Amino acid sequence: MTVRVQTEDFDAGAEIGALSSAEPGAIPGAVVSFTGLVRDRHGGKIVHAMTLEHYPGMTEKELMRIRDEAMARWPITKATIIHRVGRLLAADQIVFVGCASPHRDAAFEAARFMMDFLKTDAPFWKAEETEDGTQWVDARDSDNAAAARWSKD
Amino acid sequence: MRIMYFAWMREHIGASLEQIDKPDHVTTVADLISHLRGVSAGHALALSNMEVVRVAVNQNYTSLDAPLNDQDEVAFFPPVTGG
Repeated sequence: MTVRVQTEDFDAGAEIGALSSAEPGAIPGAVVSFTGLVRDRHGGKIVHAMTLEHYPGMTEKELMRIRDEAMARWPITKATIIHRVGRLLAADQIVFVGCASPHRDAAFEAARFMMDFLKTDAPFWKAEETEDGTQWVDARDSDNAAAARWSKD
Repeated sequence: MRIMYFAWMREHIGASLEQIDKPDHVTTVADLISHLRGVSAGHALALSNMEVVRVAVNQNYTSLDAPLNDQDEVAFFPPVTGG
């Protein structure tokens, strides 16, 4: 079970390897992962870099809450969330979400759930550097809609 | 109390952290916002539209009617944009 907030890059392959490893007899049937990259274009403008600010303490707490909720809703045996902070360049890796499960449906859904709630609940903020200068990125309604899909009736 | 600001709110206010003694008339988050708006033009600007501000008390999301204590850490920040 891993939740990390860090400035340094991560090795997505190694993280998938860690999710895949298990004792004999407990090898998960499915590992699903998502890796987010810094886009080089946003709203028609070329993005050179972005700086990610966060709320130390609350960020880790929210990520752990999201991971725990995913583990309570689906039969996941392992889950990893990594998010980078500081200044990142276009094409840099920014976020990794992955989980292991005996079943692929659970792994797909839990990974999507963690990513959707990370986007709406984890206290990170992006400031993008474009040819027009540096600007804070606005939150998107579509992210709220993606998270709302998971609410139970 | 510890008051924290992030992203463009931090820039408007010119500080990421303020330590204040809770005024007696401040008993909820909404009271604190009214109080802070009077501190400076930057505070008033940052806290002018609460539709675009999220509030956390002791690192948990909360609402404007939440009660406050003198030892609380209160954070104000824009809707989050990570991922």
